[in-house]
Amino acid sequence: MKEKVLYKRPVALSEKPFSYCPGCTHSTIHKLIAEIVDELGIREKTIGVAPVGCAVFAYDFWNFDVTEAAHGRAPVVATAIKRIMPEKVVFSYQGDGDLASIGMAEIIHTANRGENLTVIFINNTNYGMTGGQMAPTTLAKQVTTTSPLGRDVKTSGYPIRMSELLLPLQGVKYIERVKATDAISIIRTKKAIKKAFMNQITHVGFSFIEVLSNCPTNWKKDPVESNKWVDETMAEFFQIGKIKDIQ
Amino acid sequence: MRKGKIKIDENRCKGCKLCIPECKVDEIRMSTKSNKYGYNIVEFRAANRCNACTLCAIVCPEAAIEVFELLEDDK
Repeated sequence: MKEKVLYKRPVALSEKPFSYCPGCTHSTIHKLIAEIVDELGIREKTIGVAPVGCAVFAYDFWNFDVTEAAHGRAPVVATAIKRIMPEKVVFSYQGDGDLASIGMAEIIHTANRGENLTVIFINNTNYGMTGGQMAPTTLAKQVTTTSPLGRDVKTSGYPIRMSELLLPLQGVKYIERVKATDAISIIRTKKAIKKAFMNQITHVGFSFIEVLSNCPTNWKKDPVESNKWVDETMAEFFQIGKIKDIQ
Repeated sequence: MRKGKIKIDENRCKGCKLCIPECKVDEIRMSTKSNKYGYNIVEFRAANRCNACTLCAIVCPEAAIEVFELLEDDK
């Protein structure tokens, strides 16, 4: 009997196993980006910019060029790379502690300048790498290691919806919020990320994809339960869907 | 119906179990084996029910699953 390969590991992923926890959405999104890079045939001209956070070792996992930026500064490093080499496909890959907290100024100004970049924003409502501290995106009343009684909005403010925050900026052409909790949502996420890459290749402009991510270890849930929490609790506050699309 | 099989890279599987509820024909289960990193891993039952739908491979965060369609020799 002959065998036909229907699904295999993307070439743009290196042999090194991911350093992420079992079931982490980071791994899924790394895999999707690798699949998209393979499908578009852009491995030789893709440059990624990794954040500080769990994805700090992203350069080990992809078989294309990836550089590292100072905490929160990935969009400006990506801007520099793209301006010097406009023929390259440049994306930044950032978590919520990186992009929405220390990197808030960089993301807003990069978006406002309408740089022809792709930004992948992984939102897991806490600082995963350092032990699950409260982040700007932590939901109200959500328990983290630095909000053991739940986030008090009176003292810590409200969670920031980054996608909606970037919506009024004229330089931004495409914003979509997605999740990756089951096969259907992963297929949709892949479509959104691919569109964001295509926007860059066809010179449409700045694209921003927010991925609602799980954090099984710091949420103290197993991967299946943590994805359920994303579906039921997180997606209620961070509404899934296309937020802006200008061609 | 289409026939298929999957191959699980044992040393990539971290036993997150996300693939188990995705399999609509109940072909994946937890095994009693551990891999070289100490993770308890899943296994393919090979009960001839797999239809190569690829959903398990799509959800596998580690890209540890390869999916094959089995073709009759004359195809």
